[in-house]
Amino acid sequence: MSTPPIALQGAVPEQRKFSISRLIVYLLLVIFAVFFLVPIYVAIVTALKTTQQVATTSIWEPTLSPYFENFGKAFDVLGKGFGNSLLLAIPSVIISSMLGSMNGYVLSKWTFKGSNLLFTFMLFGMFIPYQSILIPLVQFLQTLNLYATIPGLILVHVIYGIPITTLIFRNYYQGVPKELVESGTVDGAGFFGIYRHIVFPISVPAFVVVLIWQFTAVWNEFLFAVTLNSNPSSQPVTVALAGLGASQAGTDYGLQMAGSLITALPTLLVYIFLGRYFIRGLLAGSVKG
Amino acid sequence: MSNAVTPQSSTRAASALSVGRTVRKPISRDRLTAIYMLLPSVIAIALFVYGFIAWNGWASLTNWKNLGAMPQVGPIRFPAGDFIGLENYGRLFSDSRFITDLENNAIFTVAFLAICTIVGLFLAIFLDQHVKAEVFFRNVFLFPMALSFVVTGTIWRWIFLDLHWITDKNLALIAVIIAAAWQMTGFTMAMFLAALRGIPDDLREAARMDGASEFGLYRHIILPLINPIMLSALIILGHISLKIFDLIYVMTSGSPSLGYATDMPSIYMFQLAFKDDLFARSAGISMIMLIFVAIVIVPYLWSNNRAEKEAAA
Repeated sequence: MSTPPIALQGAVPEQRKFSISRLIVYLLLVIFAVFFLVPIYVAIVTALKTTQQVATTSIWEPTLSPYFENFGKAFDVLGKGFGNSLLLAIPSVIISSMLGSMNGYVLSKWTFKGSNLLFTFMLFGMFIPYQSILIPLVQFLQTLNLYATIPGLILVHVIYGIPITTLIFRNYYQGVPKELVESGTVDGAGFFGIYRHIVFPISVPAFVVVLIWQFTAVWNEFLFAVTLNSNPSSQPVTVALAGLGASQAGTDYGLQMAGSLITALPTLLVYIFLGRYFIRGLLAGSVKG
Repeated sequence: MSNAVTPQSSTRAASALSVGRTVRKPISRDRLTAIYMLLPSVIAIALFVYGFIAWNGWASLTNWKNLGAMPQVGPIRFPAGDFIGLENYGRLFSDSRFITDLENNAIFTVAFLAICTIVGLFLAIFLDQHVKAEVFFRNVFLFPMALSFVVTGTIWRWIFLDLHWITDKNLALIAVIIAAAWQMTGFTMAMFLAALRGIPDDLREAARMDGASEFGLYRHIILPLINPIMLSALIILGHISLKIFDLIYVMTSGSPSLGYATDMPSIYMFQLAFKDDLFARSAGISMIMLIFVAIVIVPYLWSNNRAEKEAAA
């Protein structure tokens, strides 16, 4: 390596090895990309077939005469659940983010003795298997007459959303320079004044992350949806999808695939347009600080 | 963490500015306001997490089954049944279905973690090679994260039914593992990629200057640096796999006709509580699930808490 001739000699095979390894990298990336896209391909191809075509053609074979009615039929069944999920997700997400913002503000800027330990205890609630609180939760909601209602599910999502929303806001606010908050105290602003005039206005990125993260979580959730809600008229879309297309006569896979695509659409759109924030939420939920 | 604001440092700074005495009073009143604002969340978590866990733990020590009148204090009902100690747990550990569930869950967890970590790591390393169309590839690997397990399960069930895996005693579990890994590999990839991007370029350059091969660079320099991220990823994925429910429910319902080939504790718990009305035994399963998750999560949270304390000191 010390003299130019040797370096030059080494450069040619180096260069070739380099490009072959790059080729392998691209090849593997393409193979994995194909694998990742296979289910979406199959779902779209199947959703465009009649039950007759599904039965007689290969799962991989696209149809030349697409049958769009599956989407209409699927939406007839899922529409109610789709609306319920929106009615459930929007208030949950708004309340969760407000609570999370306030908690994060307190736990980063107004810490007190033991507040870190308290925060750790709150965080534990984000990881527990919800099975371990499910039976008392059903009983509790029944006594409050909130069982099998959308407000009941909103309450549940808000409460079990507290740890993650608090975590995201707390980590975000810890990055806010202390001088900014101190300038508020010097100006005579109190707890709410500092929040309103200094902290809240710079919270937009954290709000976006939390709104997206919670919306995706609530929309996709199934365990609470299926156990806290025996009433078909207030079921979220995931529960409706789980029961879609299955009957004594056999399973209608075209209908199921169309339903899956419809159910996936809102979160996919959020992901496509706001993906950067989605990833940020993803990382915020797992890497502290 | 270097720019973390701690109360100690901010009050110290305030007194250093010699306005300490004038802001002291409003701060302590505001600090009380702060605690009041936090209180509703603290009470909610205390009741809905810790209170309910205690309630559930108590229920698991009784013989409570079947719907019927329950003792009630205010809005809180209590399990109807007599204390029978650890009998439900003894029963579960001699129940062949529950043992199968634990075995399935162990296999699922190991395979799911291995696939997500290894594939996720390689995808991240590939994407870190300044490849063209990086954004496209990244989005393709990540979009399944935006889907519900119910959607993932519905689509993959159809594919694996066609391949006759769902109806095969030996392949059904592999099918659900693949579906789960398909959904979550993007998560590890994103975490690793973020970690790789955090490694300064000069470090790589220095290693290359010293004659390290690309492989050696990753093996000896980069991997040790992203080890903590790998641990975080394993813990997050581990707690997901220990409580996996939706995906199995939708894909196979636990394969009861194949000797519970894909059954999980969560599925059994669901059936006992919501189909069979055997509440106490169901509570027992959920407590065992909680203990497994706690073994993984509590040391993680504890060390995070400690690390923050040290960073603040």
